[in-house]
Amino acid sequence: MNSATKPKIAVHKFSSCDGCQLSFLNTGEDLITLSKLVDIVHFAEAGILSPNEKVDIAFIEGSMTTSEEVERIHKIRENSKYLIAIGACATAGGIQALRNFSNSNVEKWKNKIYERPETINSLPTSTPVSAHVNVDLEIWGCPPSSSQIYTTIRCYLSGVTADIPQDALCLHCKRKNIVCVLVAKGLNCMGPVTKTGCGVLCPSKDRECYNCFGPAENINCLSLGKRFQELDLSNEEISRRFLLINNSAPAFKKWGEYFKKMAHKENII
Amino acid sequence: MQNNIFYLLPHSKLPLLISILGTEKFEIIGPQSIDGSIVYEKIENVDQLPWGILDYQWPGIYRLENTDINKAFIFTNGPQALKPYLFRAQELLFEVEKKENKNNKKKLNFIPAKEEAPKLAFIGARACDLAAMAIQDKIFLADTHLDIYYRSRRENLFIIAVNCIRSSANCFCASTGDGPKVTKLYDILMTEIEENFVVQVGTDNGKRIIDQLELSHALPEHIKEADEYVEQAGLQQTKKLPDTNLRNLLFSNLNHPRWNDVAKRCLSCTNCTQVCPTCFCHSSLEQAILDGTKSGHYRVWDSCFTCGHSYIHGRVIRDDTRKRYRQWLTHKLGSWYDQFGTSGCVGCGRCITWCPVGIDITEETYAIYDNQNNDKEIIKEIIK
Ligand code: SF4
Ligand code: SF4
Ligand code: SF4
Ligand code: SF4
Repeated sequence: MNSATKPKIAVHKFSSCDGCQLSFLNTGEDLITLSKLVDIVHFAEAGILSPNEKVDIAFIEGSMTTSEEVERIHKIRENSKYLIAIGACATAGGIQALRNFSNSNVEKWKNKIYERPETINSLPTSTPVSAHVNVDLEIWGCPPSSSQIYTTIRCYLSGVTADIPQDALCLHCKRKNIVCVLVAKGLNCMGPVTKTGCGVLCPSKDRECYNCFGPAENINCLSLGKRFQELDLSNEEISRRFLLINNSAPAFKKWGEYFKKMAHKENII
Repeated sequence: MQNNIFYLLPHSKLPLLISILGTEKFEIIGPQSIDGSIVYEKIENVDQLPWGILDYQWPGIYRLENTDINKAFIFTNGPQALKPYLFRAQELLFEVEKKENKNNKKKLNFIPAKEEAPKLAFIGARACDLAAMAIQDKIFLADTHLDIYYRSRRENLFIIAVNCIRSSANCFCASTGDGPKVTKLYDILMTEIEENFVVQVGTDNGKRIIDQLELSHALPEHIKEADEYVEQAGLQQTKKLPDTNLRNLLFSNLNHPRWNDVAKRCLSCTNCTQVCPTCFCHSSLEQAILDGTKSGHYRVWDSCFTCGHSYIHGRVIRDDTRKRYRQWLTHKLGSWYDQFGTSGCVGCGRCITWCPVGIDITEETYAIYDNQNNDKEIIKEIIK
């Protein structure tokens, strides 16, 4: 394919740690193949800069935490045929969305923490891309899986819709014949409510899942939380299991706050 | 060729059995204690067997205990046994290659996956595992839709079955009529007694292997000891399914409030279906290489607890857990009879143990049995 007919893609960074961009870059030979198939017109981490170009796919890393970012995401939407949010920040607001739970406002913190707070322009919340513009596809995960990102690009090139599995991690865990750490060890595994995608990293290393990939479809956080109570986890700890990397994903937010409230009631008594 | 000869295999001769299997070019799979559970993996010597290891199972809980009991098979079962070795969790079915011919025309080449299966000797299949395999045989070896990959693995499988001498608190094979005594589908059958195994052969292949061991015949007291152990294992079981026509029971209670109740507890996590040795649902997966010149078409384990399972024409039919759990139970204990002429449950108890929230299939079924809707009209419909 010559450059004129190659689809154009851009990778944009917002408030994030840059880890998702590494999922793009850490693919060895596939990265070279990719560069032959598409024209990467903007990718700050890789040193290519042309943020305002019209593209076929714009990948977005990071959450919206400043008014400048909100403006920028609208422009990118206008310039892109497809817009794909990648990673926990872009899909759920990221770990930095913990600020959304705070009653005291950002202004107050700023003054306490920074020497020149007037130089900081920050919104009171950290929000996912979908809170601002229409998103065509979300690829969850902290970090998201390189293979899901590349498969999505392949699907685009073949003219088919990418199918990102929404199943619970447990399904994948059993396919890999990993011994369940919740049943055999009593660990507080979040696998039953977490979307598959990581390759079952933690249970295969004898650890419980921390829910990097966000809520799976049709989950039951209350029942799992009650199971954790039986496994001797305090309500405070249960709430923290939900309010972690994907704290502002609606299902985790709701049940994280529910168990937090339960913990609060106990403290009053 | 099942015969009535009982041999005595001393523990000390187990290594010889393993080495004979090795000489016959079998890959040997046996139970081992790995990651806090009994897992069936490749073994090379008898020390790898779970000597003295007891398993304790309750709904949602599995624990092992190391004891100095000198027995290799006093555990009952682990999350999986035969199923993953016959019905693979992920299996390549075919590949498609994009090729350009002389006239620059693009062409697709379809390459079926090879039907190769290693010779596998599986040590420690239990009565429930074999009953479940008999059910999977009906599914994958049916003339109308024969699975050639399953068949080649099945034909290359050599089964050394072991009778249970203990039951876990979740076993209920006695109530389904599938155990604990092994009665079919084995090449060699062993029952562990003090320092020895009482051994029977079930096939010519089994006999050929056993003949090489030059064993003496078991004495009547050995056979009696073995029988007592197995009988004891059956008597230890406390769980059972209601003794009734379960198919009619469940289909005449499709609106029973218990379905809502279980949906409040169920995580829709798929674990029960994945550990169930009879569950056979699968979906397909297409994995193309990045440049688009080649793609693999895979079959992967699926479950009635996923949304994909009932996704038809843009809509998920079973869109909540109530419908999904009801599908699992009414299929397993109900429409399985219509499909395969048998129940889909062999009473292994795995779905109870490996359910993260300990939902118990026997308890759920009894809850409906003990408090039936008795919808006479629906019953009439079903019996017709
Ligand atoms: S280890 Fe976690 S992810 Fe795996 S089956 Fe158990 S609960 Fe599910
Ligand atoms: S915490 Fe869960 S989602 Fe994250 S890598 Fe581990 S297993 Fe995967
Ligand atoms: S339904 Fe449960 S008890 Fe019955 S065979 Fe399947 S896993 Fe075993
Ligand atoms: S019954 Fe248990 S194992 Fe099965 S889907 Fe529900 S929670 Fe998961």
